[in-house]
Amino acid sequence: MVTAEQVWAALAEVPDPEIPVISVVDLGVVRDVRVEQERVHVDFTPTFLGCPALEVMRKQMEARIAQLGAEPEVEVVLDDSWSTDRITPEGREKLRAAGFAPPAPRSSDGPQLVQLQSKGFRCPYCGSRETALENIFGPTPCRSLRYCRDCRQPFEQFKTI
Amino acid sequence: MSGRAELLLAIADDELILGWRDSEWTGIAPFLEEDVAFSSIAQNEVGHARALYELAARDLGTTADELAFDRRPEEYRCAQLVELRLPGWEHTIARHVLYEQADAERLERLRASDDAEIAGLAAKIDREEVYHRLHAEMWLERLKGEPRFTAALDELRPLAEAVLDPSLRDGHTPELAELLEEMTSVRRSQPAGTTW
Repeated sequence: MVTAEQVWAALAEVPDPEIPVISVVDLGVVRDVRVEQERVHVDFTPTFLGCPALEVMRKQMEARIAQLGAEPEVEVVLDDSWSTDRITPEGREKLRAAGFAPPAPRSSDGPQLVQLQSKGFRCPYCGSRETALENIFGPTPCRSLRYCRDCRQPFEQFKTI
Repeated sequence: MSGRAELLLAIADDELILGWRDSEWTGIAPFLEEDVAFSSIAQNEVGHARALYELAARDLGTTADELAFDRRPEEYRCAQLVELRLPGWEHTIARHVLYEQADAERLERLRASDDAEIAGLAAKIDREEVYHRLHAEMWLERLKGEPRFTAALDELRPLAEAVLDPSLRDGHTPELAELLEEMTSVRRSQPAGTTW
């Protein structure tokens, strides 16, 4: 019989299909793992509801658990228990190293336009805070586009949700 | 049908149909950044519809896809505001502003629901909708003095009430049946029971 620790370790090897430098565990979307005999139950929280990567993540997690010789049962939890604050410190560092600015911490009143348009966001390439909002939306639902005025590099900023 | 399923379907239908209408701007929005933004908003709305249909499907013993695509036009519960084909950008943005305002109020009510599943999903959806509201706010600021835009707002405003109050939804525009025909053409081209 597998242990919950083995399952967590195996899921830590399942990459995000769109940003493979980070795993589903780094992303914080695995909320709970319960082992009951041969069955492994995983509570999985979606990032963005319209994200096409969700189905791929679910299938990859099921396949990885099946490799351990267990029967996977991945349940999608449709509530607000995931936020970008759940991305682990390791996950944030991996994102930054790959050129994605990690999300800002969530504030009690949520994101505000003045905040997004301010210079507070750091460029993942040169570290400058002289960055400007180019577009609230980006190539995937989870990202915005910013531009660094110092190193003149556009970059993708994770939205805070 | 239970009141809960009716409520879920009314909101899911709004989000699905609006998502499809918004996606009509993909590739032809006024400028590139807006193309990215409006396509992303459309994708989010369809994602919200899917999650809402999944809850409803469990209650009704069916699937989200069957609810989204296999009903007759008269069985849809969406508001007329989301059905309209609006080829002008000023009308599209006017609808966006009106819908987001109404949707914000609707989500606030749903978050306070005694039904934990509905309240939880509404809170999840609201985290994404914040960004739609910021986007609508930017456009409102940019266009608020433009006569074409304010005329579009005045024209569409009466239809926004039904977004908040499903009891005001009375029949559909002919545009809904046309859109459903288009939306389901690929699905209908395959034998029944095809898995996607």
